[in-house]
Formats: sequence, C-alpha cells, structure tokens
Amino acid sequence: MNLSLNNVIHQAEQIILGKPQQIRLALTCLLARGHLLIEDLPGVGKTTLAQVLARTLGLKFQRIQFTSDLLPADILGVSVFQRDSAEFKFHPGPIFAQMILADEINRATPKAQSALLEAMEEQQVTIEGVTRALPAPFFVIATQNPAHQVGTFLLPESQLDRFLMRIQMGYPDALAERGLLSGVDRREIITRLSPQLESAELLVLQQLVRKVFVSPALLDYIQAILRHTRESARYTHGLSPRAGLALLSAARAWALLDNRNAVIPEDVQAVLPGVTSHRLQVVGEYQKQSSNTLTRELIEAVAIP
Amino acid sequence: MSKPLTYALLLTILMVTAPHAGHLPLWVSALCGTLLLWRAYLTYSGNPLPKRWLLMLITIASSSGIFISFNTLFGREASVTLLILLTTLKLMELRTARDAIVLIYLACFIIITNFLYSQSIPTALYLFATLMVILTTWVHLQTPSITFKPCARITSILLLQAIPLVLILFILFPRVQGPLWGLPQDAFASSGLDDKMSPGSLSRLSLSDEVAFRVNYTGDPPRREQMYWRGPVLWDFDGRTWTSGKAAQTTAPQFTELEQAIDYSVTLEPHNKTWLFALDLPDRISVPASLTHDFQVLSKEPVNTRLRYDVRSHLGYHANLHEAEWQIQRALQLPPSNPRARQLAEKWRANSGDDAAVVQAALTYFHQQGFLYTLEPPPLYANSVDDFLFETRQGFCEHYASTFVFLMRAAHIPARVVTGYQGGEFNDTGNYYIVRQSDAHAWAEVWLSGQGWVRIDPTAAIAPARVQSGLSAALPLMARNPPQWMRSLRLNWDTIANQWNQWVLGYNTERQFAFLTRLGIESVTWQKMVTSMAVGAGLVIALFALFMLRHMFAHRPDKIQTAWLKLCRKLAKIGLPRAAHEGAQDYAQRIATIRPDIADAIRDLATRYSALRYGMGQDEQTQREFIRLIKKFPSFRRMPESS
Repeated sequence: MNLSLNNVIHQAEQIILGKPQQIRLALTCLLARGHLLIEDLPGVGKTTLAQVLARTLGLKFQRIQFTSDLLPADILGVSVFQRDSAEFKFHPGPIFAQMILADEINRATPKAQSALLEAMEEQQVTIEGVTRALPAPFFVIATQNPAHQVGTFLLPESQLDRFLMRIQMGYPDALAERGLLSGVDRREIITRLSPQLESAELLVLQQLVRKVFVSPALLDYIQAILRHTRESARYTHGLSPRAGLALLSAARAWALLDNRNAVIPEDVQAVLPGVTSHRLQVVGEYQKQSSNTLTRELIEAVAIP
Repeated sequence: MSKPLTYALLLTILMVTAPHAGHLPLWVSALCGTLLLWRAYLTYSGNPLPKRWLLMLITIASSSGIFISFNTLFGREASVTLLILLTTLKLMELRTARDAIVLIYLACFIIITNFLYSQSIPTALYLFATLMVILTTWVHLQTPSITFKPCARITSILLLQAIPLVLILFILFPRVQGPLWGLPQDAFASSGLDDKMSPGSLSRLSLSDEVAFRVNYTGDPPRREQMYWRGPVLWDFDGRTWTSGKAAQTTAPQFTELEQAIDYSVTLEPHNKTWLFALDLPDRISVPASLTHDFQVLSKEPVNTRLRYDVRSHLGYHANLHEAEWQIQRALQLPPSNPRARQLAEKWRANSGDDAAVVQAALTYFHQQGFLYTLEPPPLYANSVDDFLFETRQGFCEHYASTFVFLMRAAHIPARVVTGYQGGEFNDTGNYYIVRQSDAHAWAEVWLSGQGWVRIDPTAAIAPARVQSGLSAALPLMARNPPQWMRSLRLNWDTIANQWNQWVLGYNTERQFAFLTRLGIESVTWQKMVTSMAVGAGLVIALFALFMLRHMFAHRPDKIQTAWLKLCRKLAKIGLPRAAHEGAQDYAQRIATIRPDIADAIRDLATRYSALRYGMGQDEQTQREFIRLIKKFPSFRRMPESS
C-alpha cells in the first residue's frame, strides 16, 4: 500500500520539478479528506499539480474556470426538458467528478462560490429538491490569485476555514527551472501518465489515516499550540477547536505518508503552516511579515512537552 | 516598551490619580492631565520622548510651584501633590522595563494615599478595580507574550489567593493606638451643629442628608416624641444670635426621681467638636466624657474619627430642682430690645397665676395666631423677636425656640435654648435609627420651681407632625420626598455602610479583643496575636504551595522523557543544545549533519524515543533498552578534527 503511495509521489515529482513539499502536502490533504487552496501567481504550476495528481491517482478530473458570470447551475448541473420523452432530464454539472480544480475561485460571485463550498462540506448536492451524492473520493483544489484583486470576491475567513490547507507554490529553483525549460511539454507528458492507484485503494488509505495512533503526549503538544495562539498578543483570535481537529488529521495523514503508524511532533510541525496560515489573523504590527515567518515563529514559540 | 503596555501604564496612572483631582491645586491637575495626554499622543504617533533637559526644567519649575503653593514640601497635601506630579512626569521618561516597574510600585503607593481622604465603600471598590488594572499591567509587563485578557485572569486568581492572607492579617494584626498611624486631625470635613444659633442656621443644616449618627436601642425604642438628642445648650442672647457663653463657675448636675431607663449605643460620625449626643437625660456613658451642669455630654477630645459609645438615659427625670442662684440669673438675662415682645410677656405674667400658666399662654399664642412652620422664612431685621412675633409669623424651629425663650425670660421665667437632633429614620433592614443633619432641631427648657428644668418644644405647638413623624411629614412640599423604592435602597445602602464602619473602619483594639474572645481565644495578648498570625499566614502559604507543587508533579516527565532529556543535556554540553520546539527526528537530523561520527547512534536513539513516546504501547524490554543505550551514550565526545 505504502509502496504505491511512494510511486505516486515519485511520478508526480518527475513532472512537477523541485516541489516535493507541495506534492506531499497536497497528498496529505487528499488523504485527510480535506480540500486544498493554492494561492499563488498564474503560471507556477497550480493546474499542472492538480492534473498530475488526478492522473496518477486515477481520479475523474474536472476543471471549473470561475468567472464573474458563473452561476451555481454551471457548477451543479441543470434539468433540461426532453422533447422526445416529454420529461425533464438532469444533466450533471462538472461537480460530479472525483477531483475538481476550481480555478481562480475568487473571481466568481459569492453565490457561485458558496455552491461549491457547500458541496465540499456536505459531500452531496441538492438540486431541484433531489439530493445527489457526490462520488468518493471527492477532492477540491481551488486556486486563488493573491495579486490583481480588482473585481474579485475574496473568500471570507469563514469560507477559508472549509479548506484543510492553504499552500503556496512559489517559483522553482534554478535547477528545477532548467529542467522545466529543457524538458518536453508537460501537457504532453500528463496525457501519457498511468494511474498508480485505484480509487478504491485511495478510500482504504483514507480509512487508514484515521487509525494512525495519537499519544497523549502529542495531544498535549497540539493543545499547547492552540493555547499559545489564544494567549499570544500577536493574533487577533486564536485557533478554533475545528482548526485543532484539522491540524490533528493533517498530521495523521503526514505520518502515514512517512510510513509511520504514530504521529510525532515533526508531523504536526510539517503541516502546521498549511493548516494554520489561513486561519490565523495577526494584529497590525505583524501583518508586514510573510506567513512563512509567522508560522515558523509560531512553531519556535511552543516547546514540545 | 510596546504600545499596549504604555497605554496600560497610562490608564493605571490615570485611574490611581483621578480621585485626587478634586483636592489637588487646579494647576497641578491641569498639568498632570496635559502630561498624560501628551504621553498618549507621543505613543500614538510614535514620536520620540522629550529631551532630558526639558523634563528637568518642568520638574524643577513644578516642584517650586508646589513649594510656593503650600509653603512646604512635607505634610499630607504637599507630599501627595508632589508624589502625583513626579509620578506623572516619570511617564515621560518611560523607556525601559525598569521604569515601568517603578511606575507600578508608585501606583500601588498612590492607592494608599487615596485612603487619607476617603474610606467609604465606593472608594474602596474603585481602588480595588484600580489594583486589578495595576496588577494586570504588571503581569503583562512580566510576560509580554500574554494578552491582557489572560493577564486579567491571572490577576484575579492572584487576588483571590490573597484573600485568606488579607483576612488573617486584618483580623490578627495588633492594632496600636497612637499617633503613628492615626489619620491627620483634619481628615474629615465636617458639618453639623455649632455652639451658636441665629435665624437660618438650622434650616440651612436641615437641607443636608448627611448622617450625624446612628443609634441601636438595646430594648424597645422610646416613642418618637421622646427622642430629643441633646447637643449644645445656649444661654446668651444678643438680640439675634444665641451662644453657649461661659459659665462663671461649674456645679455638678443633680438628678432626682429618675425613671424609664433606656440603654442604647450611638455611632457618631466625626464632627470635630467635643459634644456627644445623648437622649435626655444621660446617666452613664462608656467613653471618657464629662456631664456639664446643663446636661451636655462633652468628650475629652474633639471627635475626629468615628466614635461608638454606649449610653444609659432616663426619659423621666427631675433635673436640678435646686438650681444655683447665679444660674437662675443667667437664664433670665435679656438684651434691651424688642419692646413689643416684652410687653406681651408682661401681660401674660400679669394675667397668669403661676409660671406654668405663662408657658401655656405662650404655646396657645403660637398655636392660635396663625404662625407658619417653614424652611424659608422671610428675613428678620433689628428687633428680630418683634418682627417675627408680630410681622412675619413664619419660621423654622430656631425661630420658635429663640422667641419662646425670649418671651419666658421677659416673663421672669428662667429659660434656655437647647439644640440637637429630634427623631431619626428607622432602618428596618439593619434595625437601627439613622439621625441625619436634616433632623437638627432646637427647643427650649424652662426652670419651674418644684419641677426643675422642663423641656418645652414650641415647634410642637405649631407643627406637631415635625415631632411625631419628622421633617418630611411636617413640610411635605419643602423637603425632598423620595419614592419608596429609593428610600428602601438608601436604607439598605446605609445598613451596609454601617457594617463597614463598625467592622472594617472601626475595627480597633477593643473590637479586635472582643471579636477574638468571641472566637474562643482566651486572654488575648499581642504576642498571642502575632504568633497566630504567623502560623495562620504560614499555613495558608503552605497550602497554596502544596497545591502548586502537586500541580507541578502531575506534569512530571516519565522515565522515557527523563532519559531523553538527559541525552539532550549530554549533547548540549558538546555545543549541540536542542531547541525547545525541536522534535527528536529534526534534532537528530541536525546533529547528523554537524557530527557524522555520531549520526547513526543519534538517529537510532531519536527513532526509538519517538516510537516510545508517541507510538502505541511499547513493552518493558524496549523501554529498558532505550534507557540503557542513553546511559551508555558517552557524555563527552570531542569534535572530529576535520570539521
């Protein structure tokens, strides 16, 4: 089982060069049944990452490009009158796939955004009074462009909370970039990729994540982190209990990726930036610092008990 | 110095000095206010603090100003003013943590100075809130990473823990009576009865709601009409003002046929005069005091702190049946004015058989000639008695008492004016009577042969309600008549204030001894008190210490962690300390890159540790192996030459 996970990582690293950490975090998110928000500039490989993951994991992939005139029906689907059978037939929307790439989610109106976010939360959609289950596994990768905010609808904090993690891609380093420039077209490679996992296997892995052992000592550590964010003068609000649960399940998935059956503090520290950076609001004077610096300082401020 | 901390310190100083604003010189209050605003603006804008020479200049100038205002730098007023001014100035050079600590200690000290001016419950509550703010600021100063809200929680816990200690110290600390910690003589501004009376003096006083004293009757209280609290007795009249005058010689008072004994205790508010109030006629009193020839009770010292005393009075009496001749003469003297009043008195004298009939004639005259009882009588001129009797016919109790005594003396009956209080308000929550300044009253006493001095209240002839139910009943329009709920609120509050006065402020040596005896401590000595205080305080501290230690031991690291920490210490000795937040794997990884020679051993130990501490239950064997490996790990390894 873990062998196949290693294959997944290996194959993804062949295409997305120099980003092992991001690939692992995205996989962690998927294994922990969370959804992923990637916030970065266009052209740094957000779409490629989603496509590679979908291909490698053998998931049915759909991409929704969010625009300001996107309607909920464009995401969920719509019933159309059939002349020959004289009845309405439901045409499922792109949401009925296993992996959704919601590109530039902040460009759509809040109404369209919430259609997606509700589906993420409930794992089902209700259209015209009929509730339809979404396929499993169901994984959403949403992207957001942090620059050029004119005419967009930023996700409010409460909606950001629906995403287990928020990560940044960042520019590739020089070596990776050279490989990228000199290599074959990525899109071409992706079409040739073979799935390394069945979706049934993925469901089993998601079950396994929940069985990863968590010791009382580790819970002490997580609680110490939560308490610190609540008492520290640098955050307007501390982390919520839900954020604590998210931190725990992400750490479990990370431990599984690392071939371990118990969570250690390093797992928590590895997922902490992704899980907490979009959930913590810092007070005025710290806002200039990058979120990387802030999460690193958060990790350094809490001693491992 | 972070911005929130500076604001907190500003708030601290503002709160602790604000109650002083009323009695500081105006320019000092204004200067301090300006300095606080200036400091707040500097913090807000991030501008640098003022230069040292400028501060020096302000300090010297304002200190000289205080010296000029008070002519001294010592004494209560001047030193409190100086302290507040310098503390506010200290804010202007708030740069290091040390400055902040100094300010916090100063704030604590200024808290105490507030009690030099007021010791009421609202003051105490306000200063308690101020203490909360001071301590919260202090906790935040010590641990800046904690925001104010959790700091306030810590402060509350600290203060709660201090309560038992405070109680022990308060109850047991030996009270030494002496000038060392007595309050200054002028600690209480006073209003109250005076030893002279002129038209208007009592009606002015009766507008005040201030408490004069409170009374607890041991048995049943007397009827209202008998509640005459005797104060200054006035003998001499100059045509307008009554004064107590000077007695040429003193004779002891004589009582005969005493009956209707009544016991009660009075808690007298400080009034800076010597007289103590008692019901007519006092017989025994529990504090050192003398009974004068005209039955006033005078204390040895002016009453400048709240005083509680027990009295026995007799409501039925014959006083000074055989009055000395010189006293009789003194009680008959009159200034040569007011001819019409004299005429009237002489007419009564001629028409009446005895003295009692003259008294009755006067009272009837008051009752039937359309006299009006009012708080705002029209002014009286040179012949005040004539004006009142024949022109205005409107007056308050002092007018009636004064005129009545004048008429009696004119009719050759010895008479004098007695001032004091009449009645009082019953507080049913606390089961005691409150006598306020508004109950101030004046009445008359005449000397009748065979009966001695007899109390005659001319006011009762005009407005009987005043004597039977109090001023507000007699003058429903003039007096403020609060609604029932407000009245009961006021009474409840007074009950609390009375308890506070009796048990907190009035907890002196006698009260302390009485209280401790009631607790079962026999033959209280101060040595015993100090010993039990030390033992009690020690016990409380030990209890808290035990509780905290148990809390600490609950988090004692297990043997796996102990072993791991030992390894970390060994590695720290060779210059590779583990950061507090560093996990075992990361630590091993870091060491491996610096010390390849021990990389494998460390990696192995870190993996074992992670598995033992965070993994599922491990058997005893693995645990022992891990501890053995750590013990075996050499405590010192030299760095390889190559790296």
